[in-house]
Amino acid sequence: MMAERRLSSLGESPLEVEVGPRLLRVKMVLLGGSGVGKSSLALRFCKDEFKASTPTVGCAYLTQVVCLHDSTLRFEIWDTAGEEKYHSVTPLYYRGAHAALVVYDISKKESFMRAQLWLKELEKQYIPGETVVVLVGNKADLSDTRQVPLQVGYRLAESKGLLFIETSAKSGEQVSELLMTIAHRVKQSSSEVRGLIEWPEAECVGVLQGERSSLLGACCSVGS
Amino acid sequence: MEGKLYAWIIERCLPLKPDTVMEADVHNNSVPLENGSLAPVDRLRRDRSDSPTPGLVEGTEPGAGLDSAMFVHAQSFEDLTADGEQEEEEVQVQEGGDGSERGLEVEKPRAEGEEREETQGQQEEEVQPGGGRVKEEDINSEGWRSHRKHVFVLSGKNIIRSIHAEGYKVVFLRKSPLVLVGVSRTRQSERELTRELLYIYYQIISLLTLTQLTHVFQLKQNYDLRRLLAGSEHLTDNLLRLLDRDPGLLLSAVTCLPLPSSTRDTISSSLQAAKAKSLVFSILLAGSRLVTLVRKKDQVLHHMDLHLLFNLVGSSSSFREGEGWTPICLPKFNTAGFFHAHISYLEPASELCLILVSTDREDFFNLSDCKRRFLERLRRRSAYQALQEALQAPSYPVAQVGIPELRHFVYKSKSSGLYTSPEIPIPYQCEEEQERLMRLYQYLHSRMHHPTRPLRSIYRCADKENLLALVTSGFELYLCFSPLGTKALAVSTINKLLKWIRKEEDRLFILNPQTY
Repeated sequence: MMAERRLSSLGESPLEVEVGPRLLRVKMVLLGGSGVGKSSLALRFCKDEFKASTPTVGCAYLTQVVCLHDSTLRFEIWDTAGEEKYHSVTPLYYRGAHAALVVYDISKKESFMRAQLWLKELEKQYIPGETVVVLVGNKADLSDTRQVPLQVGYRLAESKGLLFIETSAKSGEQVSELLMTIAHRVKQSSSEVRGLIEWPEAECVGVLQGERSSLLGACCSVGS
Repeated sequence: MEGKLYAWIIERCLPLKPDTVMEADVHNNSVPLENGSLAPVDRLRRDRSDSPTPGLVEGTEPGAGLDSAMFVHAQSFEDLTADGEQEEEEVQVQEGGDGSERGLEVEKPRAEGEEREETQGQQEEEVQPGGGRVKEEDINSEGWRSHRKHVFVLSGKNIIRSIHAEGYKVVFLRKSPLVLVGVSRTRQSERELTRELLYIYYQIISLLTLTQLTHVFQLKQNYDLRRLLAGSEHLTDNLLRLLDRDPGLLLSAVTCLPLPSSTRDTISSSLQAAKAKSLVFSILLAGSRLVTLVRKKDQVLHHMDLHLLFNLVGSSSSFREGEGWTPICLPKFNTAGFFHAHISYLEPASELCLILVSTDREDFFNLSDCKRRFLERLRRRSAYQALQEALQAPSYPVAQVGIPELRHFVYKSKSSGLYTSPEIPIPYQCEEEQERLMRLYQYLHSRMHHPTRPLRSIYRCADKENLLALVTSGFELYLCFSPLGTKALAVSTINKLLKWIRKEEDRLFILNPQTY
């Protein structure tokens, strides 16, 4: 499953360099209300761990390398704080993102409303075809107290042409599938629209293999 | 629960005049006790006696920096309370000001218009150990009511300053547009409680800026502040806990990780070399101890802002897993704008945390690169290993000082704003006893800094320990002896302790603060 990865990029400045064989940078942002599990998802993506955490302060930056059969993607993950007081800085993180995950908690209806607000916000910003947007219903382990039916999430995603998935950062369910799907989708859309920035690094630090993708959602990225 | 009296069996105050009562082996006896000026004279700085005496002048006391001070000069408590009154004016100035005082461009927050139909914002905070998300308590429950301390943040107008009733003190702090209310069953003085409320106020400002806070209440007088403060409850909880435990917040000072001075200098210069244009402060922490602080020339950090940063780091898990990047207002620097802090641990499980404070919110990658360069340099010069070793023994036992019956002490060098203190000894290691010791120090502190009847020194016999406090123009010293100690013994130890601190000052303090 998830192998080790490098926690922090430690600094390659985001210059548009294009050297070396197929290491591609992917900017991915996690958005959504507070307490829906964005940081827990990020931790699963990067370390395949689960820990109770305090609310994110500002934003946290993590990286994970994903290997596909013909290329290697380095995800640069911006895990944003859900609290309102940080909203004024959030555009920094979704601007120019290749992938945006809008997360809600399936056991809290209010978080689903907030996710819809985030989607509206994103729609104002994205460049058609450039951003792969995924609606993520997290805390699937809490289905006993579910307040947002699966179909409701699915239909919202379908109506907007987004990917949709339910995950549990706590149990790990569907998390690596989510990342793999994004990797494929980003790769695909980038080869169609614009190239990802390649990296001058050859070695693949972490390996995340697997071709399963069990996303429920319809298959287009936003705006296509 | 609490609320019981901590017994002072013998209430004896014996003011000592340090310069007359105590033997002074004075090397620099031409120096007058009070030099009358806050800035130490250069001539005096070189005069670092090996056997310092209480009659030292500020700037020559053990722990005083050799060069410029790192912090804004803070007398201590007066600094806080005095500025409580000034603040009202400051608010007026800020509203019309351009928000870039002190010549630094600081980004103004974007205040947004908020709409919500709710009455007065009311926020309740409890002292809760540990981080984690704490469930909100039912305010009708007995458990909630039995807390030792409550803090409410209200908006509106109020003119009452305090209420004392049935063992409760209710203290109000008006900081427009907020009114902070502390309800306490502790024996803390009104001033102590006001100081704590002031910390809570600055904690709020550090998240929002005063500009944004004023703005939301201008737009809507009955704005529910809980909306903007959501998710920061753990910060306030932890801050209240620190106020009960950490002598630094009481003394308006910061403590350092004891470190060989050569190692510290290497770390400082490595940090100094890893600079970026937008950097204002680079701070390396080991837990709640300062390893080093490098600052932009002419910019000084206030200890209160540093404590707010310590609190932010200490109460959040989010910097552990990745690199944190957050807007933060340093209210004693500028209440109007945000800095942007890059916060990360040097290693995931390490205690060492690097805070890089920048003026540019888009400079993340640059700062991330500063961290990389700093680490590289540190490893190359093998200071990292030395630092790791120092972390194995982050403090020193009081026995090292070699003074019989001495259990614990806190020594603050006034000119550097740094303090040193040995490990908490066995009788005080449990949480309750540690807080009791802190309350004793708090009591001594409030006596020494009484607004109308300040003391130079005080000796006190309590049932479980004897205490001595001494304040001079150069330092503040609080000592805790076993009940077997005598006053004569206590007084005679002062010079010995000062001599020991002088001998160890290279290790215990930052004597060579660096700038970029």
